[in-house]
Amino acid sequence: MIYSLCLLLILIGLYGVVVSRQTLKIVVSLLIMNHGVHLLLLLIGYRQGGSPPIVDPGSVISEFASGAVDPLPQALVLTSIVIGLGVLALMVALCVRLYERYGTFDVTEIRRLRG
Amino acid sequence: MMNIDVQTLIPMFVALPLGMSLLIQLVARRRQVLAEVLAIIAMLALMLMSCYAIGNNGIYHLGGWPTPVGIDMRLDDLAILLLLVVNVVGLAVALYSVDYMRRFTARSHFYGLFLLMVTGMNGVVLAGDLFNLYVFLEVAAIASYSLVAFGCAHEELEASFKYIVLGSLSSALILTGVALVYGITGTLNLAHIASRIAQTGMDAPLLLAFGLFICGFSFKSALVPFHAWLPDAHPSAPAPVSAMLSGVLIKAIGIYVLARLAFNVFGVTENELSMLRWLGLLSMVVGGFLAAGQKDIKRLFAYSSISQVGFMVLGLGLGSPLGLVGALYHLVNHALFKSLLFLNAGAVEYATGTRNLNKLGGLNRSLPVTGATSLIGSMSIAGIPPFSGFWSKLIIVLACIEGGFYGFGVAAVLVSIVTLAYQLKVQRMAFFASLPEALHGLRREPPMMALAMILLALGCIALSFVVITGLRDPWLISAAQQVLTMGVFK
Amino acid sequence: MNSTQKLHDSDTGMSLTVKTVARWLKGPILLFGIYMVLYGHITPGGGFGGGVVIALSFILITLVSGERAGLHLFSKAASSRLDSVGLLIFLALGWLGTWWASGYFFSNFITTPEGAQFSLLSGGIMPLANIALGLKVASALFLVFTVLTAFRIMEQEASDLADSEDQYRGDEP
Repeated sequence: MIYSLCLLLILIGLYGVVVSRQTLKIVVSLLIMNHGVHLLLLLIGYRQGGSPPIVDPGSVISEFASGAVDPLPQALVLTSIVIGLGVLALMVALCVRLYERYGTFDVTEIRRLRG
Repeated sequence: MMNIDVQTLIPMFVALPLGMSLLIQLVARRRQVLAEVLAIIAMLALMLMSCYAIGNNGIYHLGGWPTPVGIDMRLDDLAILLLLVVNVVGLAVALYSVDYMRRFTARSHFYGLFLLMVTGMNGVVLAGDLFNLYVFLEVAAIASYSLVAFGCAHEELEASFKYIVLGSLSSALILTGVALVYGITGTLNLAHIASRIAQTGMDAPLLLAFGLFICGFSFKSALVPFHAWLPDAHPSAPAPVSAMLSGVLIKAIGIYVLARLAFNVFGVTENELSMLRWLGLLSMVVGGFLAAGQKDIKRLFAYSSISQVGFMVLGLGLGSPLGLVGALYHLVNHALFKSLLFLNAGAVEYATGTRNLNKLGGLNRSLPVTGATSLIGSMSIAGIPPFSGFWSKLIIVLACIEGGFYGFGVAAVLVSIVTLAYQLKVQRMAFFASLPEALHGLRREPPMMALAMILLALGCIALSFVVITGLRDPWLISAAQQVLTMGVFK
Repeated sequence: MNSTQKLHDSDTGMSLTVKTVARWLKGPILLFGIYMVLYGHITPGGGFGGGVVIALSFILITLVSGERAGLHLFSKAASSRLDSVGLLIFLALGWLGTWWASGYFFSNFITTPEGAQFSLLSGGIMPLANIALGLKVASALFLVFTVLTAFRIMEQEASDLADSEDQYRGDEP
């Protein structure tokens, strides 16, 4: 059930990319899509009633391993957030340069390449 | 020196271009000749390492951690084939860009981004688990988005924006697929995923993950419903970048990963193979016919890339050994001759200032090296015997007929004829016609550009001989065998 | 002093209250970021998160007092050099691993200070890798922020450049 809510978030992002007329709105919709995917990845590693995967001094390793949520998706999501940050910086720089050249943020007017 | 174990070289394929890229950005900001020298040294070293690694397979455990816990890098024959392609074409393009990029002012950034793209491609080819595949894929993709926009002219920025939006979309789809695969199998290591899927079979969530991977990687390799970024991005980029993108990037992060995931990891059945065949057919036909009507040389070559990638995916979708040999041979051929053709188009643009076929003509006399090498490249891609393109297309058509898919075989032959038609059009209008008034008194190509084009043309001619039995075994046949060992990725 | 004069320059940026509070806060934020990086192998955080917080302390000054004050603290040349140096240190740490005992890239070769669990000096090369990553992420994020906010759209220069590019291209749509 909750995975389908993540899928709904991804689809909302996709809808935003398809429908938006401004370049910055396309960028924000792509961010929403990325957030949805990260949420899906995190929730796959979740365990009902689990504890955070941080070892305290004085805890037994075997019952920690059976009670904690999976830390691997958390590491994957951290890496993916940093990658998304790089792509976001590049996209915003492109939007600003496009405004410098074409004088508009409107995607329907930035259409020199056709055919 | 000669007994360096190949195992220790495996991480160097990724660490060397990354370190050189950082060194270039640190040291060579003002002294840009230093950037060119460092880049060429790095690509030469990578090419020598790829040649040294032929015939040796190996698994490298990063950090010494054993397989279920640690990160692997795998070197098998398919990976060696692709490493050779990436690094040889990269060396030629690096040589070419010494002269071509002289009129840009931020050359050190160009070489830094170029080496970063090579890092990403080498990392994708060598990756042994899904998440490293994704990370190196993103590294190569981000470097290519920046390189397409490098000159900051109107078309380059617009093309790069389209490319980056579609590329991020496809990366999000791929990450969703990775999440689903991890959720079902509990591991990210490709070998372990393969063995678990072989045990449990493909149920619905795995089919969804496989579908997401097909969609995501079809964006990256520009198969037809997902090709919309390629005809804008490849022509607008500077010529060496176009050659790298069209020649190696769509194959190293597109076709290679499709072949790996479909055959080795997921294990294909007849349904998925037929989907690959239809995707291939659609790309071949649409790319070929759209290419025939173009006036801009580079846009024509970009659509032609879509068409040839369709051939490769058709060969993959046949699933038989002959089809796989044809697909991989066509992959290697296309890398060489498409980058050669894009470098030629760049030389034409460098000398004349235009890419419009209606305004060009008679360049065989003014640019002799470009004319000769583009003749070799065009004859190869059009499939004229005895050049290499003829052999690879023949193998694919024979594999279609052997498998009983007569319709696909006929379509392949028709698209080859269309390819011949538009290549002849380019040759006639650009090189063989009479020289128009505006183009008298052109300079010849600078020496480094000529050297790079001659190297690639010699490579094309050399590949025609690979069909001979003794030479093709260590390269093509073993690579095709690697792909065919379904579900078993040792 | 010159630096505090720049920070108190009342022509650019926000009001004096905000500037003073930011000037007090940038120290503790930087220290917290360094703590997150150094203790990255014991508590959550590590190179990425700690690097972002270190960058935030400089970005705070840029937001509050204008971009010249931020660049005075951490210039563009310095941040772009630290960017490359950080990742080069990380790669060098990985490469040094091939020379030691188990001989693999990124193997954990620092075993002599046998640290107890949960103490700072444990975990081999992990604290050093965290420091290198923190350096890289902090300088990269600050550089991205400064370059993006420092875009000045100069109309005349942009249209001149556009005209010359069109002449170079030579073909009409």
